[in-house]
Amino acid sequence: MTERTSRRTRRRVIAAAALATGVLTGMAACAPGQGSGSSADSTKSAGPVSTDPAKAGKVTLTAWDQNTDPGTNASSEALNEAFMKKYPNVTIKRVSRSFSDLKTTLKLALSSANPPDVVQANQGYPDMGAFVKAGLLQPVDRYAKAYGWNTSFPSQLLDLNRFTSDGRTWKTGNLYGVSQTGEIVGIYYNKAKLKALGLAVPTTLPEFETALAKAKSSGLQPISYGDADKSPGIHLFGVVQAATAGKEEVRKLVFNEGDAKWTDPGTLKAATTLRSWADKGYLGSGFNGQSKDQAVAAFAGGKSLFLVDGTWQAAVVAPKMKTNVGFTALSPATGQPPLTQGGQGLAWAVTSTSKHPDVAAAYINFLVDNNGMKVSADNGNLPALPPADYKPASGTVAADVLTQWKSVSQKDGLLPYLDYTTPTFYDTLTAAVQELTAGQLTPKAFTDQLQSDYSSFQNSR
Amino acid sequence: MAVTAPRPTARNRLAGAPTGRSARRRGRVQWKGYLYALPALTVLTVFLLVPLGQLVQISLYHWDGVSASTWAGLTNYTDIARDPQLRAGFLHAFVLILFFSVIPIALALLLAAVTTRAGRLRGVSVFRAMIFLPQVVAMVVTATAWTAIYAPDGVLNAALRTVGMEAVTRPWLGDFSTALPAVGLIGTWLQIGLCLVLFIAGIGQIPTELYEAAKIDGAGAVREFFAITLPGLRGQIAVALTLTVIAALRTFDLVYVATHGGPGNATSLPAFEVYNRAFGTGQVGSASAIAVVLTAVILLLTFLITKLQPKEDGT
Repeated sequence: MTERTSRRTRRRVIAAAALATGVLTGMAACAPGQGSGSSADSTKSAGPVSTDPAKAGKVTLTAWDQNTDPGTNASSEALNEAFMKKYPNVTIKRVSRSFSDLKTTLKLALSSANPPDVVQANQGYPDMGAFVKAGLLQPVDRYAKAYGWNTSFPSQLLDLNRFTSDGRTWKTGNLYGVSQTGEIVGIYYNKAKLKALGLAVPTTLPEFETALAKAKSSGLQPISYGDADKSPGIHLFGVVQAATAGKEEVRKLVFNEGDAKWTDPGTLKAATTLRSWADKGYLGSGFNGQSKDQAVAAFAGGKSLFLVDGTWQAAVVAPKMKTNVGFTALSPATGQPPLTQGGQGLAWAVTSTSKHPDVAAAYINFLVDNNGMKVSADNGNLPALPPADYKPASGTVAADVLTQWKSVSQKDGLLPYLDYTTPTFYDTLTAAVQELTAGQLTPKAFTDQLQSDYSSFQNSR
Repeated sequence: MAVTAPRPTARNRLAGAPTGRSARRRGRVQWKGYLYALPALTVLTVFLLVPLGQLVQISLYHWDGVSASTWAGLTNYTDIARDPQLRAGFLHAFVLILFFSVIPIALALLLAAVTTRAGRLRGVSVFRAMIFLPQVVAMVVTATAWTAIYAPDGVLNAALRTVGMEAVTRPWLGDFSTALPAVGLIGTWLQIGLCLVLFIAGIGQIPTELYEAAKIDGAGAVREFFAITLPGLRGQIAVALTLTVIAALRTFDLVYVATHGGPGNATSLPAFEVYNRAFGTGQVGSASAIAVVLTAVILLLTFLITKLQPKEDGT
């Protein structure tokens, strides 16, 4: 091919490509997302409720969950099997994905022509809020009444699963699901090492800081911390902020109520505290390059005094440390009930186009009734509503976790996860915590960055 | 193709025919020829052009991925220019070009020249296969392995400690100053094999007479390299540049596994940001706009690189 013809062909190809792109764009003239959902709920969610799936005829229920770790997977399998045994006319098709896989694929599945009947939806604006806004989930208030969820769950747990029907305001309006498990972030401690240092179990932030200082001066690594995965930073910062800012302020900030700012003194104090911990070496060195799992393994291997993490790590550290590990949550002051980040497992919700909403709700009730909670607990999980007869052996970390969960969830001590604040807050906060602890950001600049994300979300709402 | 062009005008036409004739020929487009391209064209349209059109279209809307979208015009694009974090992401991608393209090509040229000077090496194919291996291994595996090497208690730091360089040790992927170069060096390790294989094959095509002539003229190794090997490899260098530059600009899995864009945003990249916005934070319109810009940048750079390629008619 000569230079000239090649240039001409090229010009022709470019013209054709441009034409094709133009035509195709024109052809797909309707805007993305138009025509999906949004008309489904009102009529359907008003009818009478049938609480007996046996009368529903032959039904296949597709349920998407995120129960991939051993404990939750075992309880899901046991409960599904029991449900199908009780109602032989119902077949449950289970699709199980890890949390992050679920987060990325659920949107597509829900907006497809053939969505699942039951899904586990993550609380907060980016997930549940977006689904409600798009009319993809149906309110379950009528089922809550029929099955008594309104009375069996504490209202602070139910509120996390509420949204106004336009998906714009969280924690109020319709109920869109209930949760089976509970979780809080707290402090794991090595009992033998704490005793060797002559320290009591810390219950307030000053006591915790005293213990950190003492461990450091005696040559013991105070906290095992690895933030390469970015998520542990939120938990560590949240534990400090709960103590320095108090529950009213944290709730206002995360739920976008009132005029609280991320630059207010309470949050600034938390940033200053966390920075000083990093500077004093309480967090070890190289924590931004160390993974969460490495940190947990280091703590379980007895290399440090504390680990700040969620109740979901109890099953990981217990086999290695046996009864040498305890779990505690900090209180604002001695004698007050503990206050910490936490919540409940993803909400079990019913999709608005499900052909069998009554069966779906009956299945959800089967998961969260007393027997469901018991099966969940028997498989090593922390049930949202611990059955009265559930008593882990004393001295185990499971017993500590249950005690703390009871006092936090029943005495209004539950604070929302900070990344609920805005759809982009997870990215903003995790990056900012890494920068703060590495000395790249001053505490003041840190709070400015959080506030700027916060205010741009408020302006866009 | 002989079947489609049986006409005498076409058969008689030689490379570099006069302009007059080619102008006359322009009127007669051989439509039948396009029939042969139709299957390929259909696949191309369905799997590439339609999605590309949709991508451009979505980039003009604010869309969370599920509910109704609102018209955004070009604001998604202007936001890219205004967002310092995104601009930094594009800058990081250009830094990666240094590690993915420039360094591997330079090193591979050097290695290729040395291996050809060394004459017949024993077990050269084993050596070649080994250096090409990183290209074959899945990126996720590569990234996981390198994460372990770079870890605070990893192999690299352990090696530094044994030679008494304790002061240099650091969490390579967690340190703001070293995270991006550390990710880049993984890229160098990945790409060098590809470049080397390309160059060794290219050198094989250079007539040996040229090297003999150079030797007779008394040229040394350096002179020989610049006078014969380098010009002879122009085509291969252009191919290597194209492949590695594209790999650098669309790096995703490496960062996704090794750093999640951290520490802070020190290793954030456009391709990672596309994924994050589309699937994580529900900003599908913005994600599409970044993807469009990234595609345009890659096309532009690829076009510039083709300018390096020697003309096929050899005049």
